[in-house]
Amino acid sequence: MLVPLKWLKEYVDIDVTAEELAHRMTMTGSKVEGIHKQGEGINNVVVGRILNIEPHPNADKLVVCNVDTGTRQYRIVTGAPNVEQGQLVAVALDGAVLPGELQINRSEIRGVESWGMLCSGEELGLTDDDYPGAEIDGILVLNEEYPLGMDIREALGLDDEVIEFEITSNRPDCLSITGIAREAAVTLDSVFRMPRIEVKPGIGDVNAEAAVKINEPELCPRYCARVVKDVKIGPSPRWMQQKLAAAGVRPINNIVDITNYVMLEMGQPMHAFDLDKLAGKTIVVRRANKGEKLITLDEKERLLDENMLVIADAEKSIGLAGVMGGANTEISSETRNILLESANFDRGSIRLTAKALGLRSESSSRFEKGLDLHNARAAIDRAAQLIQELEAGTVVEGVIDVCNGSLDDRVLDVSWKKVNQLLGLNLSPEIMKDILTGLEFKVEVQGDILKLVVPAFRQDIEGVADIAEEVARIYGYDKIPMTLMEGTVSRGRKTREQRLTDMAKEVLAGTGLYEVVTYSFTSPKVYGTIGINEPKDIPLTVKIGNPLGEDQSIMRTTLIPSILDVLSRNRNRGIQQCRIFEIGTAFFPKSLPLEELPEEIRILTIGEYGPGMDYYDIKGKIETLLKFLGLLDQAEFIPHVHPAFHPGRTALLKLGTVEAGVIGEIHPKIAGNYQLEDRVILAELDFDKLISMAQDQRKYKPLPKYPAVTRDLALVVHKDVLAGQVEKCIWKYGGELLEAVELFDIYMGSQIPEGYKSLAYALNYRAADRTLTDEEVSLLHDSIVKGLEKDLGARLR
Amino acid sequence: MQTKLEQIRKEAQNALEKLDKLDELSSFRIEYLGKKGKLTRILRGMGSLSPEERPKIGQLANEIRAHLEAEIEKKTRLLEEEALNQRLRDEAIDVTIPGKAYHRGNLHPLSIVLNEIKDIFLGMGFQIAEGPEVELDYYNFEALNIPRNHPARDTQDTFYITENIVLRTHTSPTQIRVMEKEKPPIKIIVPGRVYRSDEVDATHSPIFHQVEGLVIDKNITMGDLKGTLDVFAKELFGPRTRTQFRPHHFPFTEPSAEMDASCAACDGAGCRVCSYTGWIEILGAGMVHPKVLMYGGIDPEKYSGFAFGMGLDRIVNLKYGIDDIRLLFENDIRFLDQF
Repeated sequence: MLVPLKWLKEYVDIDVTAEELAHRMTMTGSKVEGIHKQGEGINNVVVGRILNIEPHPNADKLVVCNVDTGTRQYRIVTGAPNVEQGQLVAVALDGAVLPGELQINRSEIRGVESWGMLCSGEELGLTDDDYPGAEIDGILVLNEEYPLGMDIREALGLDDEVIEFEITSNRPDCLSITGIAREAAVTLDSVFRMPRIEVKPGIGDVNAEAAVKINEPELCPRYCARVVKDVKIGPSPRWMQQKLAAAGVRPINNIVDITNYVMLEMGQPMHAFDLDKLAGKTIVVRRANKGEKLITLDEKERLLDENMLVIADAEKSIGLAGVMGGANTEISSETRNILLESANFDRGSIRLTAKALGLRSESSSRFEKGLDLHNARAAIDRAAQLIQELEAGTVVEGVIDVCNGSLDDRVLDVSWKKVNQLLGLNLSPEIMKDILTGLEFKVEVQGDILKLVVPAFRQDIEGVADIAEEVARIYGYDKIPMTLMEGTVSRGRKTREQRLTDMAKEVLAGTGLYEVVTYSFTSPKVYGTIGINEPKDIPLTVKIGNPLGEDQSIMRTTLIPSILDVLSRNRNRGIQQCRIFEIGTAFFPKSLPLEELPEEIRILTIGEYGPGMDYYDIKGKIETLLKFLGLLDQAEFIPHVHPAFHPGRTALLKLGTVEAGVIGEIHPKIAGNYQLEDRVILAELDFDKLISMAQDQRKYKPLPKYPAVTRDLALVVHKDVLAGQVEKCIWKYGGELLEAVELFDIYMGSQIPEGYKSLAYALNYRAADRTLTDEEVSLLHDSIVKGLEKDLGARLR
Repeated sequence: MQTKLEQIRKEAQNALEKLDKLDELSSFRIEYLGKKGKLTRILRGMGSLSPEERPKIGQLANEIRAHLEAEIEKKTRLLEEEALNQRLRDEAIDVTIPGKAYHRGNLHPLSIVLNEIKDIFLGMGFQIAEGPEVELDYYNFEALNIPRNHPARDTQDTFYITENIVLRTHTSPTQIRVMEKEKPPIKIIVPGRVYRSDEVDATHSPIFHQVEGLVIDKNITMGDLKGTLDVFAKELFGPRTRTQFRPHHFPFTEPSAEMDASCAACDGAGCRVCSYTGWIEILGAGMVHPKVLMYGGIDPEKYSGFAFGMGLDRIVNLKYGIDDIRLLFENDIRFLDQF
């Protein structure tokens, strides 16, 4: 909401600077976004009169003007095509500054000294909205009388400061100059003056000129109409144009300007119809028919439906109620008689209509927040008064006022003690009464109770909390003392899951991984990019109804594409090595269309490329995490096939019988889809499962008292036999005395038969209660060797 | 014989002084003190001595032997010490050569700052609650006093899944979920990811993160809100931080406020970071609206509470001087390595 300071001062005495006002208004709840100083950047430009014009001796297209600025005369050279003797013009004197920090100095132009410059509207930064004729090609010609030498900013009315307020949705009453003035008066402890509304007696009788019929009283609680005859359409006076332009509204003609002026002044949107184009001289407020069409004032054809409220005449719709008028009854230069509308519409209905049509207007944005029924009548009288004052037409006597809503006072009882209790203050009811009275509440203190009559324009006030806010914001939020809560002592502690999650992240970072954060919506096409093409393999996804684009239209079920994207971006930026992880949410609908909330599962995805990165690197990191979570003992890595992964370098992680994720090298074709030529290693695990299965209760095991015996074991096995199988087998035959098994060498080559490999293990034996004898160990070791031979066809090397 | 002995003592003394290698010491010992050594050889001539001379010469010989033993021992220690010093000199390294790289990775700055925020509130007795990102319209809007067709919905452009299911636009729905499950006193923060259909630019992202807070108990006041959040701001931005509370409007709190913190970059004097105001907007807050308490099944006559919500991404950017929110989601390793 743009509020020109001069206009504001018509309703409230302000004796502080705009900056001070802005600060204090912000602190009482009317937040100021900024202060715009009109005419900023214009300096030393004055009103002058062209006394005479002589040709330039050395240039055909230039002329030399004698310009009178009241105290002095200047010779100024110009090339403007529209320059004429006697014109009142804007003269930039020697040393003047124009917008854009353009400096004007005395200079010689083709041998003739020029003492300044005659300015065009454009050079002054003006448009036709600021001053009529500002946009023409040539110098700005002032069309009214001003004293010679007057600062041009003052002459053009560009010396005001305009304060921009952010008005929150609960205060539509502040979407008006008077609303802001009311707040300013309370804030500054000043006096608010409502404009005096007085309509002189009109001619005839409005009921003979027009009729209003409301078919939807629920959606239109009040409709006021006046008729004005013999209107003389023309520009509105300069003062009105200036105020409108300063408030950001484009001046159009006197009638339209008056309706806009009243809207800005009083916050009540209005509309003027060309009465002669109204069939049956009747206003009908009804729902649109399905498929009905209306061309609105912005010259767009709108397709309507029965959820939209229209203003119609006896035959056709002539406006979208509360949103925008129709072109078919628009005020034009030929308009002779008008019908003024000042109505109140249901906020929800207006909002739906504006949203459905994508058409938000100054009018709809006020109505949808809920306006005061009383104001409709006051505003139409104010408009009639302005029409009379501006002699824009003859007002017909009377108002058609159909009111189906309640105009009764809204009363509210509030305990002032409760107000203090909420705020942590100890204010007397008298202080509260003062504050609320300033805000135009009627207040009576009865014991503990404030008996209140809520001002009609404050539809947001419903209960004690609202009154507490009114009291607090005027009293001053800064005066509320800071306290810390008394009462029950509470225990701040992470849950087990939260603690493990945070620590798991630290463990992962400790293994050299960087945590990344990526978007949780993605493209439905990502499944193809990771090799999942069969419709039956593509999981059900949560689809966004109004996505920003197709690329961000589904909620992800896997983080693999996100991680590949990040790796790819880093690779493209020339980064040689990248190791990342993300713990992110994936979304799994139980059925489609979605009827209940999808399951949200946290997924851990790790991705790496670069020198030294291979399957074993990432496996080691996962084993580190599993050890931290106490899950390493039950972990098993089983060869696995997944379309995104290398068929020979991928494993399924099983924790006991639970499948917890997949680890492996990304298939080169899939990596290629992400412009990754390096080997990419990736793991995706169900993080929620890991956390829920975690064995974080540790128990002390006594340190060994007796020495261990280490025996090496070098085996030759068929190359397809997995190390995991061998190790499992060693444990199977090793029994209780076997303490540790470590694979320390793998060999394939000339020493070993083709198709075989050698695995070398170090086995640790130990008993808890004695020193093992050589014989004992040998016996056990031999049985392991035999077992390996029997189960896996292994031979000693 | 005495003269010979004295000569040997002198000769041995001189030879010992010239020695400078440890292995020469053992040959020296053999040369003089060995079975066939010079001293032993002389003593073999003891038989030709008179009985009075014998003990005297014997004593002298023993003296010389003991002396030489001691000297050898001394020299050995000296040479060993020198050898060690030499080794240490030879082993000197260039301590300015870079250390071995033990690559620790890093948490994302969003996690680092969130951990800090969590610590602050855990220290004040808050618990951490979480809620779903795909949320019912009821929790995201209606139960927070934002009915359908309320203009406040405009300020939170919403991604809809179905008519009744949305991507949550704030972490506030978790307030209601917690109120439904737990009885006061409630003291929680709710960190989480939220969604709004904003086009991406330097200050907007359709996905960002919030930390919500909720306190409900008997006699909770707006003074408590101010006090708690002032402590929070001082903990997060430093003890010199001041706070300012301005009236504002949120449908789910009443009275509502926005909290500014004094700009840490200029200590409130005004600079580019704070647009020369000295203040930086940090969070929105307010006393929980009675209707919201009722939606959560809590009697507003008995209980009151306050709530607050802040944009984590914005706070991360403020703390680290990051000028573009997109950097947080690009995940350039060179960016992530800086925190």
